[in-house]
Amino acid sequence: MTASIVKFYQTGTHTVGNRLLDPSQRSVQADMRRTNSLNSGHRACQGCGEALGARYAIDAAMMATDNQLIAANATGCLEVFSTPYPETSWQIPWIHSLFGNTAAVATGIAAALRVKGRQDVRVVAQGGDGGTTDIGFGCLSGMFERNDDVLYICYDNEAYMNTGVQRSSATPGAARTATTPAVGTEPGNVFGQGKNLPLIAMAHEIPYVATAIVSELRDLEAKVKRAMEIRGARYIHVFVPCPLGWGTNSWDTIRIARLAKETGIFPVIEAEHGELTGVSKIRRQLPVEDYLKPQKRFAHLFAPVLNTAAIDRIQALADRNIRRFGLIDATTGMGD
Amino acid sequence: MEKPFAITLDVGSSLANKTGSWRTYRPVYVDRLPPCNHACPAGENIQGWLFHAESGDYEQAWRALVQDNPMPAVMGRVCYHPCESSCNRGNLDQSVGINAVERFLGDQAIRLGWSFDPPASDSGKQVLVVGAGPSGLSAAYHLARLGHRVTIHEAGPMAGGMMRFGIPKYRLPRAVLEAEIQRILDLGVTLRLNTKVANIEETMREGQFDAAFLAVGAHIAKRAYIPAGEAAHLLDAMQVLRGMEGEEQPLLGRRVVVYGGGNTALDVARTAKRLGATDSIIVYRRTREKMPAHDFEVEEALQEGILIKWLSTIKNMSDEGTLTVEKMALDEKGFPQPTGEVETLEADSLVLALGQDVDLSLLNDVPGLEIRDGVVQVGENMMTGRPGIFAGGDMVPSERTVTVAIGHGKKAARHIDAWLRGVVHEPAPKHDLATPERLNTWYYDDAPKQVQPTLDLIRRQSTFDEVVGGLDEGNALFEARRCLSCGNCFECDNCYGVCPDNAIVKLGPGLRFAVNYDYCKGCGICNAECPCGAIVMVPEAI
Amino acid sequence: MLKQCEGSHAVAATVALCRPEVICAYPISPQTHIVEGLSEMVRDGTLQGCEFINVESEFAAMSVAIGASATGARSYTATASQGLLFMAEAVWNASGLGLPIVMTLANRAIGAPINIWNDHTDAMSMRDAGWLQLFAENNQEAADLHIQAFRLAEEISLPIMVCMDGFILTHAYEQVDIPTQEQVDAYLPPYEPRQVLDPREPVSIGAMVGPEAFTEVRYLAHARQMQALDLIPQLATEFRQQFGRDSGGLIRTYCTDDAVTIVVALGSVLGTIKDTVDDLREAGHKIGVLGITSFRPFPTNAIRHATRNAHRVVVVEKCFAVGVGGIVSRDVRTAMRDRPQRLYGVVAGLGGRAITKSSLHGLLLKAMDDELEQLTFLDLDWNAVNRELERERQTRRSGPIAENLLRDLGVVAAGAV
Repeated sequence: MTASIVKFYQTGTHTVGNRLLDPSQRSVQADMRRTNSLNSGHRACQGCGEALGARYAIDAAMMATDNQLIAANATGCLEVFSTPYPETSWQIPWIHSLFGNTAAVATGIAAALRVKGRQDVRVVAQGGDGGTTDIGFGCLSGMFERNDDVLYICYDNEAYMNTGVQRSSATPGAARTATTPAVGTEPGNVFGQGKNLPLIAMAHEIPYVATAIVSELRDLEAKVKRAMEIRGARYIHVFVPCPLGWGTNSWDTIRIARLAKETGIFPVIEAEHGELTGVSKIRRQLPVEDYLKPQKRFAHLFAPVLNTAAIDRIQALADRNIRRFGLIDATTGMGD
Repeated sequence: MEKPFAITLDVGSSLANKTGSWRTYRPVYVDRLPPCNHACPAGENIQGWLFHAESGDYEQAWRALVQDNPMPAVMGRVCYHPCESSCNRGNLDQSVGINAVERFLGDQAIRLGWSFDPPASDSGKQVLVVGAGPSGLSAAYHLARLGHRVTIHEAGPMAGGMMRFGIPKYRLPRAVLEAEIQRILDLGVTLRLNTKVANIEETMREGQFDAAFLAVGAHIAKRAYIPAGEAAHLLDAMQVLRGMEGEEQPLLGRRVVVYGGGNTALDVARTAKRLGATDSIIVYRRTREKMPAHDFEVEEALQEGILIKWLSTIKNMSDEGTLTVEKMALDEKGFPQPTGEVETLEADSLVLALGQDVDLSLLNDVPGLEIRDGVVQVGENMMTGRPGIFAGGDMVPSERTVTVAIGHGKKAARHIDAWLRGVVHEPAPKHDLATPERLNTWYYDDAPKQVQPTLDLIRRQSTFDEVVGGLDEGNALFEARRCLSCGNCFECDNCYGVCPDNAIVKLGPGLRFAVNYDYCKGCGICNAECPCGAIVMVPEAI
Repeated sequence: MLKQCEGSHAVAATVALCRPEVICAYPISPQTHIVEGLSEMVRDGTLQGCEFINVESEFAAMSVAIGASATGARSYTATASQGLLFMAEAVWNASGLGLPIVMTLANRAIGAPINIWNDHTDAMSMRDAGWLQLFAENNQEAADLHIQAFRLAEEISLPIMVCMDGFILTHAYEQVDIPTQEQVDAYLPPYEPRQVLDPREPVSIGAMVGPEAFTEVRYLAHARQMQALDLIPQLATEFRQQFGRDSGGLIRTYCTDDAVTIVVALGSVLGTIKDTVDDLREAGHKIGVLGITSFRPFPTNAIRHATRNAHRVVVVEKCFAVGVGGIVSRDVRTAMRDRPQRLYGVVAGLGGRAITKSSLHGLLLKAMDDELEQLTFLDLDWNAVNRELERERQTRRSGPIAENLLRDLGVVAAGAV
């Protein structure tokens, strides 16, 4: 893992900061001088995982680039809640163009910076899962293929939340959305391959691909930092729970993210040039029910009758992730 | 830049939008009482001194510790550490080794010669302390630091009380004890040895004492009637243990039987072993589960080859040293009942370790005192029925441990101080307890408890060297850092980091955090992700 | 320097002289030769300080241009037909954000049926997208309009489409005067953006605007296009001073001073119309021509003034709005409001059908006799149309229209269905 294992300090590497850590080992978010790139006053829902993930990522990118950063933003929650006229929450140069063109807009920004000899200024493109895995996929793949000097960050909350929770190609099987209601013989979203964008990005063999999760701040920051050390197309896929769309408590956002990782539902990995280079191990493995139960979008799996078949299927997917990416150390049966 | 209307905006302008109005619950920072502090009979602020130890500032940690307890090196060896039994970390992996860290700090202080801060002022008041045991020494220390002039009258030839006469050297090396006593005396406390107070009223009058604290302990061994021959070698535990402090060690023979089930019984049996007994046997009338001695001591004794005969009573002892032992059985209520089945045991000596009583003779003729069950009754303020005379330690109703005694000394000192100033000491109200369900233990790394080294068995059976070793600095630091800081912010920055609205203000090192209610939407993530439970969500009045 | 070259290459050479900093390219006929030319110039070093980006779609092309323009780079792309529709969302976005991108539109029909040949349907599909649209009559003007377009776009901070007829101009070899770099530099200063993405002065571009300000934003875009109505003639005058020839402007008139009948058109067909008008003038008809160079902003007053003495106006346009009729003619009618003049709409040259002098000659004779319908389709094959209409009346499953017509016309072998 790129997140360096720091010497044991009371709470190890798990908390945001720690008074006992050497300042060089503290997270960006622990720093009183952090940028707060996405500032207070934004209109995200209470407990919004995307607002949190975006500030984590962009603050880290700002730190890594010495504040020489420009961001392009896809249409979606992040855009709408951050920039309703006459107020913007962004503290950085930022542009919103369209839903599906963010990667291309970023390419244009990078090209302009290159031609103007300002390659010290770096470019981030960001969007939700809909803007990334669906409508923005063409532009994203093009940006990857050309290896443009852009870091694309997808904040994945597994559906179209801005429009009222409709299914996207990142929506998991069985999840209830407004377009995959929990009715009929197979309630919720159909099971299928979905679109595993991190793997698709790896197939482009771009210099850097990583997944991250809002519950593992240090790992997320380390990945953004690593991404900023590299030139060319880079992709980070951040898992961000959505209290509104998932039907979870606003205070459970980080807990749900943690459960996604600890159950194996969401593998936290990184890869360079198409090859897996790091895996964040599961610390305390849990059954998928622990992840599913607190979410109303999966409530139909537990009541009025227990849908064992669907839960088993989800468990099988988690087990596959664990096997495929080696999320649990074979020797100890546990992660770090 | 001349910005196009509406579509291009000035950065950070959303600060105009006060999202705090969305809130129905507000996060509020609180401090809660950590269970270790709650459980400490000496009233130590354990979490408080661990906080300093965590950062490697051992002197600061020691100074915080001795605010409540002047004898950490002793305490770090002999305390039965109820703090660790109540430690929330016990639910996670193992409790924090508070006792071992305390010992490390105490030893560090002795090694580096740290001394107490001298009293800030002189009250001019004279306070008599009777008894130089843990309670008396503790009271003397606290009174001295509060600016009072303290004189200790000790009946025996050496200070330390039960710390010296009740605890064997292999558990508490005497150099450690003496160093910590001397440090108290260095505060200006006068110690008069071999000065038995026969009549407290008289002594106070003669010495013009404004108040007195009595802590004479419980030194009179309880005797059970055991028919024994004239020549039978029958002793009590106090004789044996006190004898160990004299010039000549007690002669117990090769086969020693100790009768009793408390820690003292174990101390005697283990001492006998070290004095050369081949057989050192404890006879106890109930089972191991019922034994009042601490299990770790039982375990250590068994390791050293002490035999324990459970469910057994001694019927008599012959001149030749033959003991008749009757087997017992527990009835439905768990009480031992005789079975009539007997066996014999050969013993060169029998030591009775059946508990101690208090010598209350100095209190004769004191008006207003209440004595019940052989101990002096005191009020909440540790004062006896006679105004100005306070009492503590084993001579008042309580659990008889060194730690309790030290706690009594502190508590009494504060009340004496208030009484001398004509006011009433009101202890600060206690915070709510930091219960384990309030913690988010995910954030604490897996960290095994550091093991203290123990002396090898051969030396344990033949010498009085200290059995349990101390932690080195690395281990002690690690152990200190295992503290969860239950209920009190330790500036992990989690709330500051996890707020999606940047509504937590970091105030800087040591200053903790504040909530910016202009923007806090009340999502509650800060509360949910606070490792130590130092935030509560309070409903907004709408 | 006079040069015998293909229209696309003339445009490429001229665009290069405008020192574009970011060019994004996606192939679609008939614009491909332009970006191919530019690509070569970037590769061989003729055009320096320019990023040439091969994108994966026209949507990406316009999006890259948006990003580059917002970062202060002079940005250029070219497209046609389906490509313009594929980038439609970004086309609107570029103008909404006020980004001065210049794009060549090699005008081409829009399918289905798929057709690569020239008409103006593509440009007309985006006439309300907030872009300025300048139409070139010939290759010299096509080249020249790009120089003016960059200057104009950057001055008013709006994007401009330079429209040139696909194949008819893009692939035609004729003599074009390619200016020198010094001339262009003297006319076109470096791009000074009105807004820019820059960490030194951060701003948020592209806010969500609600009912409280949306109308104002739209009006401001309109106001800027209205400003362009004054600016375009000024820039054309300056252009003449710098380059010594007439190019650009709002409209171009030919023999209209005494004309009773004025023919209005856009683009290359103006040449054929002028030739026809010359013939008719020789025969004694008072007829003239009005070419619209700036279709957006629409020069209402200029057209109103130029047509004030005519009895009738004939609008020949290479596009039409299905279900209504002419597109250009409706705007022209607005310019002629409150006047008792007749206006005839003629749809011609769709999908590359040649507009011949003889057809025009016949058409205009009829127009001058006021025998034209309100809406006329030049050279429409009524037989083919009627046969298909009859077929549809008789058979529910009448089959694909385009293939039916081709079979009727003998282009496809009978019995293939």
